[in-house]
Amino acid sequence: MTQANPISSAIALIAQHRVAAVLIFLLLFPLIMPYEALALNILIFGLYAVGFNLLFGYTGLLSFGHAAFFGVGSYLTGITIVHFGLPWWLAIVAGTAASGVVGLLIGFLAIRTRGIYFSMVTLALGQIVYYAFYKAERWTGGENGLRGVTVEEINVFGLTLDFVNPLTKYYVLYVFVALALWLVSRILASPFGAVIESIRENENRTAACGYDVARAKLLIFTLSAVICGLAGALRALHLSIVPIDSLHYLLSGQAVMMCLLGGMGTFFGPFVGAAVFLYLEDVATSFTTHWMAIVGVVFMVFVLFFPKGIWGTLVQRWQRWNNHSVVTK
Amino acid sequence: MAEITLQLLMLQLLTGLALGAVYALLAIGLSLIFGMLTVVNFAHGAFFMVGAFLGVYFLTVTGSFWFSLVLTPTAVGAIGLLCERFLVRPLYGRGIDYPLLLTFGLSYVMVEAMRVIFGIDGVPTSTPSELRGVVNVGFGMFPLYRLFLIAATAVIVLALWLFIEKTRYGLIIRAGSRDNEIVRVLGIDISKIWLLVFGLGTAIAGLSGLLAAPTRAVNPEMGIPVLAESFVVTVVGGMGSLVGAVVAGLLVGVVFSMTSLFAPEYAELSIFVLMAVVLLVRPQGLFGKAGLMG
Repeated sequence: MTQANPISSAIALIAQHRVAAVLIFLLLFPLIMPYEALALNILIFGLYAVGFNLLFGYTGLLSFGHAAFFGVGSYLTGITIVHFGLPWWLAIVAGTAASGVVGLLIGFLAIRTRGIYFSMVTLALGQIVYYAFYKAERWTGGENGLRGVTVEEINVFGLTLDFVNPLTKYYVLYVFVALALWLVSRILASPFGAVIESIRENENRTAACGYDVARAKLLIFTLSAVICGLAGALRALHLSIVPIDSLHYLLSGQAVMMCLLGGMGTFFGPFVGAAVFLYLEDVATSFTTHWMAIVGVVFMVFVLFFPKGIWGTLVQRWQRWNNHSVVTK
Repeated sequence: MAEITLQLLMLQLLTGLALGAVYALLAIGLSLIFGMLTVVNFAHGAFFMVGAFLGVYFLTVTGSFWFSLVLTPTAVGAIGLLCERFLVRPLYGRGIDYPLLLTFGLSYVMVEAMRVIFGIDGVPTSTPSELRGVVNVGFGMFPLYRLFLIAATAVIVLALWLFIEKTRYGLIIRAGSRDNEIVRVLGIDISKIWLLVFGLGTAIAGLSGLLAAPTRAVNPEMGIPVLAESFVVTVVGGMGSLVGAVVAGLLVGVVFSMTSLFAPEYAELSIFVLMAVVLLVRPQGLFGKAGLMG
């Protein structure tokens, strides 16, 4: 039996307290990274990939327009700070809520389609958001991006924190990521979480069981948009500007890549994917400008040979090895 | 804004048709590959972009637009053949998302390859000397090259239609897109047909890149908006329908050019709004079969 194996029980413990496991890791994360900016990027894009994974990994819907939600979260956070002078935390709420609304609208159109159509339609609808923000120069700064989203210090319960210090910034943003991860874990563990996974496995059968598939899809689409929007909102605070790239098709593609690299449909996978992707980018760009070629090749290798991603493949190997040793005993 | 006359409207309509011709070609390539292999080619915009680059390259090397017109689709189609044989083929039967993801990764590599070969700023283009100037079309002067675009597309579409409807190979392609297992049972090596169709689809994408090159900026990123636009056309027309691809391509082109006449700042948005309307009213597309959408 596997009970005697200490590694197995450790894995079981991590799986049981998955949110705590990720949070403890992320708490120590800046200490093992070469510099804080990279840790901050991984924190933010990890959350982005987690939000995307809700839809792609768990519901089986491959969206190519998620930059729209990330970007809207970023822009609305920025706009409410720059043009309306909202306090930073209210701006985050505004940005996140706005991406929820955009998610609801895009989701309403996109879930009318299935399979590959869904990917094409989300990509095209994402382009609408891109052009809309690109043209609204007065509010968004157009091609130059929105500048001046500066938050220098923040007050939390009477405590003044220096937001320019990257480590302080990391731990402030960390609180939001922690809340989001807890929410995602709750959603996945709920009966609704079981419904979306059954949609992935067999949509017709789920409908035959009496579940309102269209409503469940729309709900998870919106939730996914909200999580990605929060990631975008955090990035606006981190960078102090909102580049127009935040809405670009390539950023939608980045969510797909991170998710698949790490392991879609797993709780830890998206963070692993984001960390590997951004670390690889950091290393590769230091000696070549053709980083996209490398990432393209790595991605194709994963699609061809490791479709379960890094984390998924590790878990699978471990299980196989474990079962094997049980049998030989 | 200048006064809108009937003459101006007609000219703008013709401009829209010329733009739509390129869209129609793109959507045909996409539809052909999807109808046969059920693969959505996310590298379609990248093949278009490579076609534009190679078109300019062959034009400068051979000095003849007509040579380039033959060499470019051949070369792009050859790249397509290699990609199908070694990258897409291992993924058949593994779920519909995987070939899509693979071609997405492929597009990154193709964009970067063009950056390495031709530089990040792209290459300058000009209309081939034989096709410069304007002609009188009865209600005004119109650039000759754009007329050529419409005519060339008509010829390609006609040739393709004859190939698919009237030849033995076309018969196999039509049968294969209905039920590839039966075709296999009848003793036909379907994987060869799939290889050829992928090559043909990408060759058409390359050709449309070459044809469109003189009317837009040729740079490594040019394929990205094109991919989104060709998806719009495919969704509007209905996936897997060649008639749908042509009609929707022209429609999208006309909608774009008409919007740029009346409200230029909304031109890019207009075609996506058109798609949203089609999705609301007829989710399977104008000529699509309801079954495909589930």
